[in-house]
Amino acid sequence: MSKMMATRDGYGKALVELGKENENVVVLDADLSKSTKTAEFGETYPERFFNAGVAEQNLIGLAAGLSTTGKIPFASSFAMFASGRAFEIIRNSIGYPQLNVKICATHAGITVGEDGASHQALEDIACMRTIPNMTVIVPSDGVEAMAAVKKIADYQGPVYLRLGRLAVPVINDQENYEFEIGKGVTLKEGADITIIATGLMVHEALKAAKSLEDNGVEARVLNLHTIKPIDSDLIIKAAEETGLIITAEEHNIIGGLGSAVAEVLSENRPVPLKRIGVNDTFGESGKPEELLEKYGLSADKIFKTAIELLAR
Amino acid sequence: MNQELLELLEQKATILRRDIVEMLYKAGSGHPGGSLSAVEILSALYFKEMNVDEKNPSWKQRDRFVLSKGHAAPVLYAALGEKGFFPKSELWKLRKIGSLLQGHPEMKNIPGVDMSTGSLGQGFSTAVGMALGLKTDNSDSRVFTLLGDGELQEGIVWEAAMAAPHYKLDNLTAFVDHNGLQIDGPNEEVMGVNPITDKFKAFGWNVLTAAGHDFGEILDALQKAKETKGKPTVIIAETIKGKGVSFMEDQAGWHGKAPNKEERDQAMNELGGMSHE
Repeated sequence: MSKMMATRDGYGKALVELGKENENVVVLDADLSKSTKTAEFGETYPERFFNAGVAEQNLIGLAAGLSTTGKIPFASSFAMFASGRAFEIIRNSIGYPQLNVKICATHAGITVGEDGASHQALEDIACMRTIPNMTVIVPSDGVEAMAAVKKIADYQGPVYLRLGRLAVPVINDQENYEFEIGKGVTLKEGADITIIATGLMVHEALKAAKSLEDNGVEARVLNLHTIKPIDSDLIIKAAEETGLIITAEEHNIIGGLGSAVAEVLSENRPVPLKRIGVNDTFGESGKPEELLEKYGLSADKIFKTAIELLAR
Repeated sequence: MNQELLELLEQKATILRRDIVEMLYKAGSGHPGGSLSAVEILSALYFKEMNVDEKNPSWKQRDRFVLSKGHAAPVLYAALGEKGFFPKSELWKLRKIGSLLQGHPEMKNIPGVDMSTGSLGQGFSTAVGMALGLKTDNSDSRVFTLLGDGELQEGIVWEAAMAAPHYKLDNLTAFVDHNGLQIDGPNEEVMGVNPITDKFKAFGWNVLTAAGHDFGEILDALQKAKETKGKPTVIIAETIKGKGVSFMEDQAGWHGKAPNKEERDQAMNELGGMSHE
């Protein structure tokens, strides 16, 4: 059994380290600092932590203003409110002037669990990637989240970092892990089919690949932690070498990773594609694991989809 | 106030008004009413109050200005052009494809614009963020922002209004251009915003009022704002929409309509004669 860690925990941990390394880093939250894991930064660097209260629009506006004075603001709330309620402020006050703000949104996806559909952001990748200048990153585990936080602090420009509530298996080796914005990671080689996953679905993709291997199918597994700018080269290469693609994400199949991959494939190297994600529906209350199963976000679903695609 | 300063400011105000009319006439679209109502406020800021350097627009120690009512871009551009941030010839290309001056203020390319605005309420929120950043650094720089009265209907305005006193941002001074009119008509018919003073007081602001076309009153209020410690100041400036052009004054219809040739000629005559052609 591998170590478990939520990407939000990786975020919180990395923020405290970052605060020590870079005094320009400031953190903002909207009354959710215990949940988003920015609280420890707030306790360690109170003079650089600003609570906006339950006011996500102003959270983003404050972050935009702070960035113009040379600060590197990390602004956090739940993904639903950070990306949804504050969308137009992000678009006009951060994206358009290309300000150096990092929107680090936790509790993304259906694994918010019991809070139900009102809190389960399933469209945030879609919204964020349509904003020019915006970089969109979805870490697959706590280690990748930590590495991503360090990288985006050094990168000049707006970033949307999508983080989860649920503890997920650590799949990246801490010692050697090198995170590069915009560069997908080949986790497993294979020539029969490619599974492109992001976020917590990367672990499911690896599990599915193992099952496929047991059935004589060599599946390639790609971790696309950066949805924008998307690693077109890696996707095209996979299409050329394996001929079949499956995408897997904890997001509506409209507008997210699957759509981004479809855009690359259809313009460069059209091959059969199956998108796994939430099938254009709202979520509901339940345990995260139950919801993942019910909404088809599982290794089993990837496995079955691969078998079907191979049999076509 | 000394006579020399008053004369200078009156002179600048007339230049700004003429430039606003001319640039909107040449652009063929834009917002004259709310630009003309804010002329004295912008003149007082750029030609007296604010510490800025037109040769070094991104000077770190500068004071900042955020035009939260971004549709009044012409008055900001006129002030920046007159101040020398960019050649005044740019004014006559306002809103044209490929030109510097966008329909609403844009900070990436236009020298002197401290924040991209246009979507109402956001400029105010970002101005609070700026003041917060400068305060954190113990900077002497101050932040000024201008809101419209219709803009007060935006929810984010009150989120930001709550935050500024919470963080004791006495380096922030906001103006409300209270001309009483918005696109669809009088504020009080569209969605009542009064009493503005009581609202800001309840939110913890130092609230001042000024006759918005009277330099003496504007500069007095700015002085009081500077002396007020521990809380931000808002100056409710009583203004007339379209001020200075008789047929535009107090007319909601001139919120977002450019003058035609005849109207522009008449406006220029009222503002000191024809000379722009």
